[in-house]
Amino acid sequence: MPPGDDSSTRKSTHILVALVENKPGVLNRVASLFRRRSFNIESLTVGHTESPDISRMTIVVDTSKTSAALVEKNLNKLINVIDVQDVTHAPIVVRDLALIKVTAPAERRAEIMQLVDIFRAKIVDVYAESVIVEVTGPEAKIDSMVELLHPFGIIEMVRTGRVAMVRGSGYRAPYVLSDNGTNGLRVNPTPNL
Amino acid sequence: MRRTGAQMVWEILRREGVQIIFGYPGGAILPIYDALVDYPIHHVLVRHEENAALAADGYARATGRVGVCMATSGPGAMNLVTGLACAMLDSSPVVAITGQVTSHLVGSDAFQEIDVTGVTLPITKHNYLVNRVEELPRVMKEAFYIARSGRPGPVLIDICKDAQMASTGFEYPETIELPGYRPVLRGPEEQIRQAAAYINAAERPMILAGHGIILSGANDELRELAERGNIPVSTTLLGIGGLPESHPLNLRMMGMHGQAYANMAIQEADLLIALGMRFDDRVTGNLKSYAPRAEVIHVDIDPVEIGKNVRADVGIVGDAKQVLRQILPFIEPRYRSAWFAQIERWRGDAGARDILNQGLLKDMLLAPYVIHEIWRGTGGDITVVSDVGQNQMWEAQYFQHDRQNQLITSGGLGTMGFAVPAAIGTKFGRPDDEVWAVVGDGGFQMSIPELATVVQEKLPLKIAVINNGCLGMVRQWQELLHDRRYSEIRIAGPDLVKLADAYGIKGQRVRRPDDVAEAIRVARQCPGPVLTEFVVEPEINVFPMVQPGKGLHEMWRRPMPSRNMAMAEKV
Repeated sequence: MPPGDDSSTRKSTHILVALVENKPGVLNRVASLFRRRSFNIESLTVGHTESPDISRMTIVVDTSKTSAALVEKNLNKLINVIDVQDVTHAPIVVRDLALIKVTAPAERRAEIMQLVDIFRAKIVDVYAESVIVEVTGPEAKIDSMVELLHPFGIIEMVRTGRVAMVRGSGYRAPYVLSDNGTNGLRVNPTPNL
Repeated sequence: MRRTGAQMVWEILRREGVQIIFGYPGGAILPIYDALVDYPIHHVLVRHEENAALAADGYARATGRVGVCMATSGPGAMNLVTGLACAMLDSSPVVAITGQVTSHLVGSDAFQEIDVTGVTLPITKHNYLVNRVEELPRVMKEAFYIARSGRPGPVLIDICKDAQMASTGFEYPETIELPGYRPVLRGPEEQIRQAAAYINAAERPMILAGHGIILSGANDELRELAERGNIPVSTTLLGIGGLPESHPLNLRMMGMHGQAYANMAIQEADLLIALGMRFDDRVTGNLKSYAPRAEVIHVDIDPVEIGKNVRADVGIVGDAKQVLRQILPFIEPRYRSAWFAQIERWRGDAGARDILNQGLLKDMLLAPYVIHEIWRGTGGDITVVSDVGQNQMWEAQYFQHDRQNQLITSGGLGTMGFAVPAAIGTKFGRPDDEVWAVVGDGGFQMSIPELATVVQEKLPLKIAVINNGCLGMVRQWQELLHDRRYSEIRIAGPDLVKLADAYGIKGQRVRRPDDVAEAIRVARQCPGPVLTEFVVEPEINVFPMVQPGKGLHEMWRRPMPSRNMAMAEKV
């Protein structure tokens, strides 16, 4: 019996949040794991948390349910990874930030400003022939902003990749042990993979 | 108490109970070797760093304690790689200490500088680069803990030369803070009860016992489960020695070269109880047709293994010994006579098909016969370290392993050249045991330099070289799977008796079946190391065999006598 069939092999987007020790080489370990197990990363962001010893990664993978569970367990196995959660189906806030440099001759600038207002974006730099727009939001919002700015001429663009956080008090503090002393690894019971 | 980094290394090794280490000095690790002069730890000078890692691995497997190896930066560390990979795939607790260039030169492509932690990242359980002496005690404390706890594995510590030389106040930490590492040992009650219910309800259960039984020392618990529930057991290659092979419930090894009836029993079972094994492809054959009627209970200390290859109906993360102790009170006795009768039908003519029972022996010296004679001649009361390939499979089939943890072999990586260095480590770990290395002529030629180590350390190893003049398993695959298009399988070698003589070791050569028993007796009686070369028939194959990609039930069984006789006449 191979693991997983039908629904569990269908690909979809999974968002994993990992708390890792803030030590040199940890990003390499995580990246290396993804390469080693042939998991494709859609986006990966790393940043500081409320604690200076801990960094937080948001990892987005497009993969099957089975393989997402395997990613989660493999991440947990890294010594420097303190906790991993698949928050895909949790109530979460997901944000992506984009900087978009758009051609903006004086006569079209008003139009751009209008779009920026509608999207509650910001113009963060103005130059003779161009502006830089900063927009934050869920991925879909940024996608449509990009689409609408396209006709003006996008000179360059950068997106941070998604960061995610569970709403309410949904996320456990990392050092709190769960009942079975697993540090909340949630390995037992094993889901039917 | 002020100590240099180099002194701390030895101080800590001593505190961790390390009595022996395997290594090779060089520029970037000179301060550590300098400090060694003042510490009473036995350092074994190997002839190649790979063998330092393999010897440490062998020592770890023989004792259950952490094996330690040591090498210099760059080339020294690179040579450790194969041995570390071997320890990684077989979950062997090894700590490797390597010297690194001075910290300000790291990243500058300095002489003998290689990114060792980068290279060994995927083949170690964890690794460290130490560039400040203050970090050393904590790092070493963690390294030993990580290597031996949970699912054991190799940990590498790369220490910059300036950190070895600098000194600071030394205090060895009492506690460990690893928030991301907490191995789970006990299974959750709900899963335990569920597993017991599955076991009690099963009509055709099979226990699949792996290396985890030996690593957790669950031999008694395994036996108890098998006997109380009346459940047949089959082992993986590394699970051999988990239950005595003469035990009536032991169907012996499963998988690619496993017993045909054990494989059939797995395919027809209604419940697989997998204990400390990971459903490797050599064990399962084609996963699509693997054990199609079976529910699966999978117990493993590594959560990643559960559900990785085979879906688990009940997955229990935990230490095999602890989990079995939790399950045992719930197990009810069952007869399961129909199941055992069926297994006996599958066993059927297996005995008649055995190549040793076909009267071929008069003029042909067969490797299986040699192995069988080593077992008979020693009363089976030895530790065997086998190499990789045909010799390894025949050892598994024709030596009856009744002693706990009696076989030491490279399973996951299949490291040729494992037997001799690992036997060196094994002998240090089990000084009172008679240790035999069983190795093919290919693997042996990878290990010849270590004969000097054997001599220098006055180790009474018994080395049996099964010489068929070719790379036997490769030849077998080319014959059976590549239409006999033989490619690079003939391997010449030196005169092994003269070679032994050159090293000052007793050497002997056996060509006839009649001389085997006597040679084994002579080897055993000689107080020092003995190299015995058995010149065997080159063209026999290991059967049963499951072709890669085929299901376990589609195995080639041992050929019937007529085919072997025809082959014998041709020869």
